[in-house]
Amino acid sequence: MPDSVAKPPAILILFAHPAQESSRINRELVRAVRDLAGVTFNDLYEAYPEFDIDVKREQKLAEQHQIIVFQHPFYWYSTPALLKQWQDLVLEHGWAYGKGGAALKGKTLLSAITTGGRAEGYQPDGMHKRSLLELLAPIAQTAELCGMNYLNPFAVHGTHSMSREQARAKALEYRSLLEALRDGVNNSSSLGGS
Amino acid sequence: MMNQDSLFFQAFIYLLAAVVSVPLAKRLGLGSVLGYLLAGMLIGPFALGLVGEEGQDVMHFAEFGVVMMLFLVGLELEPSRLWRLRAPILGLGGLQVVVTSLVFGAIGLAVGVEIKVAIAAGMILSLSSTAIVLQTLQEKNLARTAAGQSSFSVLLFQDIAVIPMLALMPLLGSTVALGKTAKGAHSTTWLDGLPTWLSALAVLGALGGLIVGGRFLVRPAFRWIAKTRLREIFTAAALLLVIAITLLMTKLGLSPALGTFVAGVVLATSEYKHELESEIEPFKGILLGLFFIAVGASIDFALILRSPALMAALVLGLLVTKFAVLSILARIFRMSIDQNFLFSFALAQGGEFAFVLFSFTTEHAIIPAEIGATLVAVVAISMALTPLVMILHEKFVQPRVQNFGSNDRPEDTIDEANPVIIAGYGRFGQIVARLLTANGVQATMLDVDSDQVDLVRRFGGRVYYGDATRHDLLHAAGAHSAKLIVLALDDPPKTLELVHTIAKHFPNLKILARARGRTDAYDLVNAGVTHVYRETFDTSLRVGAESLRLLGFPAYQATRAARAFRRHDEHVLRDLASVRRDEPNYVNIVRQRTSQLEEVLKIESGYLETANEGSWDSDTLVKEFGGATGD
Repeated sequence: MPDSVAKPPAILILFAHPAQESSRINRELVRAVRDLAGVTFNDLYEAYPEFDIDVKREQKLAEQHQIIVFQHPFYWYSTPALLKQWQDLVLEHGWAYGKGGAALKGKTLLSAITTGGRAEGYQPDGMHKRSLLELLAPIAQTAELCGMNYLNPFAVHGTHSMSREQARAKALEYRSLLEALRDGVNNSSSLGGS
Repeated sequence: MMNQDSLFFQAFIYLLAAVVSVPLAKRLGLGSVLGYLLAGMLIGPFALGLVGEEGQDVMHFAEFGVVMMLFLVGLELEPSRLWRLRAPILGLGGLQVVVTSLVFGAIGLAVGVEIKVAIAAGMILSLSSTAIVLQTLQEKNLARTAAGQSSFSVLLFQDIAVIPMLALMPLLGSTVALGKTAKGAHSTTWLDGLPTWLSALAVLGALGGLIVGGRFLVRPAFRWIAKTRLREIFTAAALLLVIAITLLMTKLGLSPALGTFVAGVVLATSEYKHELESEIEPFKGILLGLFFIAVGASIDFALILRSPALMAALVLGLLVTKFAVLSILARIFRMSIDQNFLFSFALAQGGEFAFVLFSFTTEHAIIPAEIGATLVAVVAISMALTPLVMILHEKFVQPRVQNFGSNDRPEDTIDEANPVIIAGYGRFGQIVARLLTANGVQATMLDVDSDQVDLVRRFGGRVYYGDATRHDLLHAAGAHSAKLIVLALDDPPKTLELVHTIAKHFPNLKILARARGRTDAYDLVNAGVTHVYRETFDTSLRVGAESLRLLGFPAYQATRAARAFRRHDEHVLRDLASVRRDEPNYVNIVRQRTSQLEEVLKIESGYLETANEGSWDSDTLVKEFGGATGD
């Protein structure tokens, strides 16, 4: 896209990993997307190592982007603590939901998660008994309440037993997905949000 | 002239009497004033006879205690508060003096004394005892109640009223000539012979000078003196100030009590308020004690025994009449019933100025000597009875009236009593204070660096000059009611001293102590302080964490590493502190430091194992499930 550089960034990645120094897979995923055109990469644990989230800054960032990505390891069927803190503090009543809360309305939310266990575990007869989408219900419902469109999650399973090549391939897949989403936003004539 | 031996003997008698009787009286719940008075009666000419005529001299000298007390009262009264009290002082105080004088005058006329005697005695008897009332109210913690404040207002007006009384009395003299000679014999002021308007101008000028001087001369002078950091010089300067004002006022024919009171009010907003308070307090206490002893010793039991029934009737008449006037006025001024009773009982006695005024009027042949002597005895007895009257009020009256409508006005005017005291307002204490203030928590701040105090005050901060290691100063700063004290001094031995003082006198205070380094921290931990903060420790850790980050460590990892390190080191600190307590025989301080560092470094290797928590990427997890919860 020759003109994509001039457009405002379409995608905001909220990356949350408390120990990224020891996560090979997330390193690969981050490397593949952080410098992508049209993507703003927000490393929460790097920005707020003491959990003192700057709510105003975070809300402004969210307002400026059409697509928000939660990228994180799937700890205990949920997000790491700081991304939960982000939801608790940033998604204020009157801003994100409730009366007058329409800042995120019409935007899109994507979960990009890594799980140590293999994909087979996320089936009725598997170790976790439920599908990934079922387990992501709290986030899906959060998006719903904020009037957002929740996409099918992008997942990387079995990270513990993954080779470097497999990880690279997954990272490329992630990159293409974000590019497609970005181009979809940039090509649509009816840009939502502000 | 007393020779030195007898001076020491007198001092010995007075002090011994005080030391024996006051604790006894307090133990019996009678209060210190009654203790002093009883001691006086005991050593006086009519019991043991250990002190005789010179008791009068002692009383004159000890009246200086009243002067000091008014200085302290002034220090507690900021000008804004004094202004708020103007209605009770002029209204209640003025009415009390005028009405009581008239009532006594009328009684005097009714029993057939001369009109000038009736007027003079009426005025004199309208006065109450500032010394006894204020001391008693403070001791019973009633000074800040509505009745306490009103009592204070009335006493203040009375003390001021003494001046015009002294001026008016000679006019009552039988002949103008007698009045003139008597005045000439009595006064030694600078204003003698000046026309009235000029002396009035001089008096106003002196009071104005006191206010201006207090503001613009005394404060810089104290700042300069405080810089020497010699406590005794500060004490000397405080005494000098009070004595200088007393001399000046006496020379002008004014009441020294009024002068020092004005000076106190002027200095009430100064940074040296608490320090001055604690310097003058002990002198005031001892002198007032002496004064009470002298009052006790001066009671003429021979006179009383000659006509005990008459004396009893006179004393009772005095108390009842004053009580009646006071309670009617309190009623008019809308005091609630219980406050009304407290107020009226407290002020029903005669006052110490009566001794001065009666001797003045007998000298001037206004009041016949025998009536004067009788009334002096009546006043003295009524003063001696005051503590007893107050006890009766507390035991029998107060419980009965307490339930009646005391809800029509707020009773306590609670002064600034902050939950936090910060000792040391330097670069450390400032930050603590700013954080607290920003969160709406008020702190009382103390510092010994007069320049620093001055600077902060220029920007409107309420910092007081004073050495926080002294428990009287801490008390003045509200340590008995505060919750926390932050020890932010830059002086480890002083900090330790302060810890012991607090533990002894203010066990209610939680201590947060700044330690300079590891050694001081050990001492503080061993002194029983739980909240110990090494002044450079947290900053060093932040620099360490920031260094890790700049080297490429993730911010969260660097932060956690620093936190884990702090936890570890605090733990080690407490361990080693107990070791140090058990082995106090380190000889060489350098060796001690080295071995400390060795110990610390040895334990550090243990930290490295615990610092990297495994939950997020545990090896055992990967081994068992090939990863079950995350990456």
